[in-house]
Amino acid sequence: MKEQLAAFIASEILKDPDRTIAFEEPLISSGLIDSFSLVDLALFVEDHFAVQVDDSELTADVFDSIDELAALISTRQAG
Amino acid sequence: MTTLPAILREHLETHPELPVLRFLTGDDCDVVTYEGMLAGSAAYAHALRRAGIGAGEPVVIILQHGKELVYAFFGAMLNGSIPSIMPYLTEKLSPERYRASLRSLIAITEPAAIVTYPAFAEEIEGATDERDSVRAMLLSSDVDRAGEAAMDELEGFTRNPDDIVLLQHSSGTTGLQKGVALSHQAVLNQIHTYAESLHLTDEDVVVSWLPLYHDMGLIAGFLMPILAGNELVLMSPFEWVRAPYRLMQAVSSYKGTLSWLPNFAYNFCAQKIRDRHLEDVDLSSWRAISNCSEPMRWESHQAFYDRFQKYGLRYEALTTCYAMAENVFAVTQGGIASPVTVDVIDRRKLQEERIAEPTVDGDHALRMLSAGTAIPETEVCVLDADHHPLPERHLGEIALRSNCMLTGYYHRDDLTEKAFHEGWYLTGDLGYLADGELYVTGRQKELIIVGGKNIYPQDLEELAREVPGVHPGRVVAFGIFNESIGTEEVAIVAETDVMDEEDRRLIRASIRDKINSGSDVIVRYVEVVDRQWLIKTSSGKISRKANREKYLEIFHAQS
Repeated sequence: MKEQLAAFIASEILKDPDRTIAFEEPLISSGLIDSFSLVDLALFVEDHFAVQVDDSELTADVFDSIDELAALISTRQAG
Repeated sequence: MTTLPAILREHLETHPELPVLRFLTGDDCDVVTYEGMLAGSAAYAHALRRAGIGAGEPVVIILQHGKELVYAFFGAMLNGSIPSIMPYLTEKLSPERYRASLRSLIAITEPAAIVTYPAFAEEIEGATDERDSVRAMLLSSDVDRAGEAAMDELEGFTRNPDDIVLLQHSSGTTGLQKGVALSHQAVLNQIHTYAESLHLTDEDVVVSWLPLYHDMGLIAGFLMPILAGNELVLMSPFEWVRAPYRLMQAVSSYKGTLSWLPNFAYNFCAQKIRDRHLEDVDLSSWRAISNCSEPMRWESHQAFYDRFQKYGLRYEALTTCYAMAENVFAVTQGGIASPVTVDVIDRRKLQEERIAEPTVDGDHALRMLSAGTAIPETEVCVLDADHHPLPERHLGEIALRSNCMLTGYYHRDDLTEKAFHEGWYLTGDLGYLADGELYVTGRQKELIIVGGKNIYPQDLEELAREVPGVHPGRVVAFGIFNESIGTEEVAIVAETDVMDEEDRRLIRASIRDKINSGSDVIVRYVEVVDRQWLIKTSSGKISRKANREKYLEIFHAQS
């Protein structure tokens, strides 16, 4: 799951497939993912992992790294 | 003639209880009446006065989208000062860059005061020093809500129609930043004539998510409805970008009739809204959604219509507008009395002969959306390189004159003088006229417009130059239109002496990081090339236009 998220962020959001993203790297607070792409990330998660991330959750307070996003997804999948 | 504060006072006296604003935050709606808005604003006016800030002095406001921002803005105006809204720091932008931009704004505009949150004061103090013009930092927490709200002795009511009422700042860093100074008279003339163009009635409801530091959000999506007495539903750009469906839900719930959107927003909404967020949404009340502030595309209108038609969207509701802060806002408006004209022209003839020749659909056909006709009291013409008027269907620079032009670029008389030729304001945009309607094809200035935001290539080139390994002065930035997202994307080409492929990859990554954190945009394409790759003009300057063409030929054909 984390690899899938990293690959999506690198190629589709950062438009830089060569870029490696560490799982603990800050994504939102660092500005790596800009606001226009947050919705893409939410749609990707919904389509690939069958869980919904609400728009109000698209902030660094809720998740800021691939580790944190993956944890959020796993919790929801289990629930 | 009258002034903005005088009109606000009239509303207060006629219908204090009338809701003027509905602020949407998530599922909550905060209703503000004229009385409430003016009380909140008067508190700011008194606070500014107590801080020794007087009439005619610029006040820079740095607050997030919300009620405080509205109160601070009108408060400065009621105090007779000149408000100017500056974008708030985003997570994306590095604080150092933000301070640099703020420092250059302070140097040019010389504000007497800055209004912000207590938590943000430290950030701003890093951008000011004892020698500059800022005499007061007014914190939102220092404003006494319960204190005097008396309006009569406020200086704002003694202003003349010719006095400057507000400044609109363009983006950009040193040397490029300029404040467009507008008089009460100009703003009111614009609102009056634009309302006529739009066939505005008391029944109209404006729905907007646009930022207030930009002319489209400030004038069309804020001042016009408030001054004309129309209902206004506001949401923050921060929220819209995460939940574009909230715009549709708001239009449906409040029977919105008018909105303004930059071209990319049509694609963004069409692609990123799920059906489950549109249950029971009815968009049939929308009568004019004006595409404005970046090149407008027929394809974007079509995508938007195809997506939302089943929710009641009418095709006639897709309208167009050509606007700029220098004319307060609108210059032309299309699609109100009849649907927007689509002019099918020959792309080759336009590029090679600068003539917009009608053609039938085919390989070389370009579908141009009309920007409509000039609003009343605004005249538009198209000029050749020697500033002589061109006949219809000839491509040239768009120029205009009106009763709502800027007073000038604030403290930049040199720029103001250069912007005019024999009373005509030279827009720097390219277009043609056909049957009295204006078609905007591009621009002379090498500005890049990304999602409605104006980006100066110079700023991006300067950032890229800071990357070790990049040859000083051998960098070029330009925009490439992306059909699927409906806006331009940024490309950077930089020369280097570094030959190792891995080192070049690191340079590319550093350029991306620099630009992504140092500017308002995300860079899409970065190429690192050998020495002497970039084409220079005869005067020895690196040509953005020629290098863009070379880049498209070499790199883009393959991708």
